[in-house]
Amino acid sequence: MSKTKVIEIEPLTRVEGHGKVSIHLDDNNQVHDARLHIVEFRGFERFIRGRPYWEAPMIVQRLCGICPVSHNLAAAKAMDQIVGAPRLTPTAEKIRRLTHYGQIMQSHVLHFFHLCAPDLLFGFDADASMRNVFALINLKPDLAMQAVRMRKFGQEVIRATSGKKIHGACAIPGGVNKNLSIPERDALLKDMDQMKKWAQGALVIARDYTLENLSMIERFATFSSSYLALVREDGALDLYHGALRAMDGGGNLIFDQADYRNYGDFIMEEVKPWSYMKFPFIKMRGRIDGWYRVGPLARLNCSGYIDTPEAAKALVEFKSLTGGRPNHMTLAYHWARMVEVIHCVEKIGELLNDPDLQGEDLAVKGDRAEEGIGVIEAPRGTLIHHYRVDENDLITYCNLIVSTTNNNEAINRAITSVAKSHLSGAPRITDGMLNHIEVAVRAYDPCLSCATHALGQMPLIVEVFDTSGVLIESRTREK
Amino acid sequence: MSAARRILIIGYGNPGRGDDGLGPALAAMVEREGIDGVIVHEDYQLTVESAQDVAQSEMVIFADASMDEAGRFSIVPILPVPSPQFDSHSLSPGTVLYLALTLFGAKPEAYLVSIRGYEFDRFGESLSKKAEANLAAAAKRVFALLSESVSSL
Ligand code: NI
Repeated sequence: MSKTKVIEIEPLTRVEGHGKVSIHLDDNNQVHDARLHIVEFRGFERFIRGRPYWEAPMIVQRLCGICPVSHNLAAAKAMDQIVGAPRLTPTAEKIRRLTHYGQIMQSHVLHFFHLCAPDLLFGFDADASMRNVFALINLKPDLAMQAVRMRKFGQEVIRATSGKKIHGACAIPGGVNKNLSIPERDALLKDMDQMKKWAQGALVIARDYTLENLSMIERFATFSSSYLALVREDGALDLYHGALRAMDGGGNLIFDQADYRNYGDFIMEEVKPWSYMKFPFIKMRGRIDGWYRVGPLARLNCSGYIDTPEAAKALVEFKSLTGGRPNHMTLAYHWARMVEVIHCVEKIGELLNDPDLQGEDLAVKGDRAEEGIGVIEAPRGTLIHHYRVDENDLITYCNLIVSTTNNNEAINRAITSVAKSHLSGAPRITDGMLNHIEVAVRAYDPCLSCATHALGQMPLIVEVFDTSGVLIESRTREK
Repeated sequence: MSAARRILIIGYGNPGRGDDGLGPALAAMVEREGIDGVIVHEDYQLTVESAQDVAQSEMVIFADASMDEAGRFSIVPILPVPSPQFDSHSLSPGTVLYLALTLFGAKPEAYLVSIRGYEFDRFGESLSKKAEANLAAAAKRVFALLSESVSSL
């Protein structure tokens, strides 16, 4: 009887939330499979049943301490339909956009500089003592500082639109809680030029890294896939609102301008026994071939253009790398993320100069409906919130497909690909090899705490099992 | 931020997860007192940008729920010591102080208030009875610390 070994990596470092990677080896130490497991329970969808619908945009912020703004906006968009407000006032929509661009910028900057830059700057094989932000602080203090100040700016945008961090919220059913006062606007405006410069600098780092290491990156978890994202009616990148577009690995559209309220006609979810995280797939492509990628890389692949000048140029350059065809490189997520940072900073600048932000018309209402579906492009990709509400205003049904769940199969493929090329046949598994696996996971910036609908902070685990399922090696990185 | 405000209290944790909300609950109690010179922040976790706020303060009090605190609560002075792993959007208080020191050259006097909680696994916005009592006891000591510190500034 043949034996397989299984290696487990737990916790995964510099990843949000808690889960583990298992790598399955055969007798000759060849990798035949690798998987990301979510080892937590989910329960939020059940918890929210029976609560009044107007509480949802507030309560869902508790779903994940990393992603409260994304959940607030997606739930509020669903509740807009419940209260009969398909169109918001200009003030409400623009305030929501402002907070959304603030959070995406903030999330991307932290991920790039503090979680990934040590890998990119010091190498995937670098000593563990070098692969952390403290090495970055020692060697590139200016970058570490920029990242903190950009984060802080994003935080101030969110604070100005949401009020208090925990007990405030930007969006409510049919609109927003507050507008932006002139002093709040001016406090943000004074930092705009600096933010634009730093965003440009970050883009250059991410682009140059990709171009200088292209031969490695083309072989590191690069694989063809389908892509899914919201796009505007004219095909432009739109992080807050639009319709769904899916394309295959050749760049052919699978569907386009699909109304996200009918997402169930396009996306199905499969459950597998070894993970709590579901596996969504594109219905018309089927269970086997229907998986897809979301997030910054998918958005740039799906978008025809970007409507802000610097990001537009950056997108053209990004697309020219692959001759206008979809970019399939896992590590190109980093470059894509920094293109989005420029876009967000430009959008924030535009919005701050828009007098609609001082408007007084904050919320609208119309005919009450029983079902609402809200979709946004969250920092990590397409985020779907779906609710049904009864005649007593209580939520009777909730389904969430979070960004990381949309990327579930893609992350598994990325891990398998890297494990095959770096671990297969190796007599010993080294720390550097395991870090290669983690580099692949981190490129997707998964939020496992969202994915399990569990809350709080949870460390991640790599395990190696033999063919009979016996654990032969386990790495646990304690905090 | 006015120059007169020099004490920062950061209560962190997730109030949607039972007793994990002890930190923000303490912050809310301090905020209700409206003490001159005391700025109150609440957050789901400590993040890198907290370092900039910390650097602008003369004294910082971090407040967090604890699962393994031996007593009902503790208040201990803390130093800028980075935790070996910096692997997420959330940081330890020592790491935040370390960032304030290395990036902004600031080293405020700092304390960590750990309040014992019991129920962390359930969804829900309420604290357990025992956690409520621990919070009240901790708050008393924090107010005493604050009034000493405000008058000595
Ligand atoms: Ni999350």
